[in-house]
Amino acid sequence: MNGVLNRAGIFIVATMVAVLAAMNATDWGFAVHMMIVAAAATLAMAWTLTRTDYAGIATGILPTSDPSLYDDDPVRWGVLATVIWGVAGLAAGLFIALQLAFPVLNLGIEYTSFGRLRPLHTSGVIFAFGGNILIASSLYVVQRTCRARLAFPSLARFVFWGYQLFLVLAASGYLMGITQSREYAEPEWYVDIWLTIVWVAYLTVYIGTIMRRREPHIYVANWFYLSFILTIAMLHIVNNLAIPVSIFGSKSYSLFAGVQDALTQWWYGHNAVAFFLTTPFLAMMYYFVPKQAQRPVYSYRLSIIHFWSLIFIYIWAGPHHLHYTALPDWAQTLGMVFSIILWMPSWGGMINGLMTLNGAWDKIRTDPIIRMMVIAMAFYGMATFEGPMLSIKAVNSLSHYTDWTIGHVHAGALGWNGMISFAAIYYLAPRLWGRQRLYSLRMVNWHFWLATLGIVFYAAAMWVAGIMQGLMWREYGADGYLVYSFAETVAAMHPMYVLRALGGGMYLTGFFILVYNVWMTIKGRERAEAPMSETPHNAAADRPLPHSA
Amino acid sequence: MAKPAASARKRSVQQANRRDEVTGTDFVGHEWDGIEELNTPLPRWWLWALYISIAWGVVYVVLYPAWPMLHSATSGTLGWTSRGQLAAEMDAEAARRAPMVRALAAVDLNALPANRELMQFAVAGGAAAFRANCVQCHGSGATGTPGYANLRDDDWLWGGDMNAIHFTITNGIRNPDHPQTRMSLMPAFGRDGILTAQQIDDVVSHVRVISGQERASASAARGAVLFAENCAVCHGPTGAGMRTVGAPRLTDRIWLYGGDRATLTTSIANSRRAVMPAWGGRLDPVTINMLTAYVHSLGGGEAAPAPAAPAAAPATNAPSNTP
Repeated sequence: MNGVLNRAGIFIVATMVAVLAAMNATDWGFAVHMMIVAAAATLAMAWTLTRTDYAGIATGILPTSDPSLYDDDPVRWGVLATVIWGVAGLAAGLFIALQLAFPVLNLGIEYTSFGRLRPLHTSGVIFAFGGNILIASSLYVVQRTCRARLAFPSLARFVFWGYQLFLVLAASGYLMGITQSREYAEPEWYVDIWLTIVWVAYLTVYIGTIMRRREPHIYVANWFYLSFILTIAMLHIVNNLAIPVSIFGSKSYSLFAGVQDALTQWWYGHNAVAFFLTTPFLAMMYYFVPKQAQRPVYSYRLSIIHFWSLIFIYIWAGPHHLHYTALPDWAQTLGMVFSIILWMPSWGGMINGLMTLNGAWDKIRTDPIIRMMVIAMAFYGMATFEGPMLSIKAVNSLSHYTDWTIGHVHAGALGWNGMISFAAIYYLAPRLWGRQRLYSLRMVNWHFWLATLGIVFYAAAMWVAGIMQGLMWREYGADGYLVYSFAETVAAMHPMYVLRALGGGMYLTGFFILVYNVWMTIKGRERAEAPMSETPHNAAADRPLPHSA
Repeated sequence: MAKPAASARKRSVQQANRRDEVTGTDFVGHEWDGIEELNTPLPRWWLWALYISIAWGVVYVVLYPAWPMLHSATSGTLGWTSRGQLAAEMDAEAARRAPMVRALAAVDLNALPANRELMQFAVAGGAAAFRANCVQCHGSGATGTPGYANLRDDDWLWGGDMNAIHFTITNGIRNPDHPQTRMSLMPAFGRDGILTAQQIDDVVSHVRVISGQERASASAARGAVLFAENCAVCHGPTGAGMRTVGAPRLTDRIWLYGGDRATLTTSIANSRRAVMPAWGGRLDPVTINMLTAYVHSLGGGEAAPAPAAPAAAPATNAPSNTP
């Protein structure tokens, strides 16, 4: 009973503090945010008080969750959140792609302008879609590969809901114009502090669970997840060091200035790619690919070597985002050199994932989920070749500031992060909700082809647009003068922008098929269709918790 | 495929160093949630590619600026700097252009079109300068936008020969900070109460008749009288315009703001007083010469007028082109 009262009391205090902050706010955006916090705390309090089993407390007989089962509630919520945020993030992306092709879609109001919707898209897909599937899958994988339940169940629930509050504050802030103007780190100081608290809780749950493991060794997926959680904490804290103008206002100023600020930002920005979009997704690969293919991991040695070389080298590659700027030459050199040495460590992951299919290659033909995993790894390999290539100064002087960069990012994001996440969702959905199989494997196949063709349209359009733009910018006439104006390059790219939006539309359509498929799977339906072979859900093949837990 | 893998897993409990039958590789012996690992050695090509990229990196950091020391960074054996590279490229281009630039600084603009090589160079340079400084108002194709003149036609407000264009670019139009600027102010006939709304409507009818957009009417006849009294002093008795005051020709179908009734009514009632910056203090004389040649070359450039022609008045007032 005390626990319930304490929690409700904390939520009441949080509500009151938030309302006080809203009343003293120096800008209306901060006031709106504090009211969102107050509403969230009030909801949490109401939930705590109404969902408590008072009879159980009175009689001393409380329902205990079955200790022989893994604690999968946060995983289920996480998968649902992934799907919901995915729709929002991808739809925002399609909308801003159309805005670039048809500027009238800015609608002439600040809330729907490209500048405010773009971070909504990037944060929506990276942190909301990506972050939720990473947290959910990590909590799923760490329990099974450690044969241990989550270490701190209530803290895990706090992580889930706290992360959603962070996402709501970030997204609503962008629309209101609250931003630090740091790419992929736009949320302001108070939202950053909140995320830090949530993240430390996440680290605690994760490490706690690993410490409770019943396996002698820590599985490679957990190394990758752990590098993600630890390094993102470090990057997030350092890059967001700032001084608020007022404790009751949203605005803050960075602790760094000038080129130091730029380098800190891109040290963060590039390692967001490394430790948010690469290592934890490799962790997903290291669990879901061998499970789905039912084959052993290709090489234990390769996983060790490429893990350590990847995390050691990636952290230095950030300066390649600042080639030919005020950044000193020596830093640019090091950024480029480390980026190129990074090529093989990156490919180590792809080799280990793809070669795990040795002896199961035929499943590419018959299992659409395996097919998604393979295309994900192929795009990972392609993007991690393109990245080092773009970091070469001579190439970068053509590609930088053009849409080639956008094409590169999306080949990685749509091809690698998206596809491996979809595969994980398709793997998880029947297992989390106790179904025999997915509602429809044929729909997975449709999703696969729509998404793949969408990426091809997208990437090809951006390669053409970017290289054309770079060549037009630098074109020198025979008389020694630049030939094109900026506006002429924009006009020339219009057809490519339309094609890009078409590719994005196909990708989003494929995702809607996923939403329907997952929803029907949760409802327990099975579509009557000609069978495709997928690895069936065989509970006996999974290692259950020992009953003497 | 599934069967041998399943039987292999069963045997894993019994013996440590088993062999995967499909690949012929040993298992490591660990197992997590049914996942095992093979003890495959590192692919040779992968390892050698990693070594080679590291070796390349070592060479590169010796050749180029790389390692930060106490006071400065190692500068690399090649002596390369990004600033140095930029300066070398810019200097090379400047040297290549130098003879032409020198010639353009001293050129008589009216004689420039006859010198085809120099004219071509001036147009290329002018086009580049135009794209950086002028497209914001006149459009990247120089076809203008409402309120900003189309520079591709032969309908000039202030004159279209080399000297007139040069004067306009140098001094701007209705520029409040520049005494030499092109200046004229059309009265706001409606706002200042010079004409009634009905009278303005009649003048609009007349203007649309002389521009060939409407048939003659009673309204236009009344407007003709008003036009003669109020407008002809600048726009001329027939509406042919007057370049000394930048009064547009009203008898063609070319409009700065628009020739429909609503736009004409606004123009007459409130007047239009568009401003163009004076570029004389912002761009160097050679660049202004180049811009002049570029604008003159767009299609409507006129030959230097005979000294007696009245339309050439501003041009004769223009300062000498030679810097």
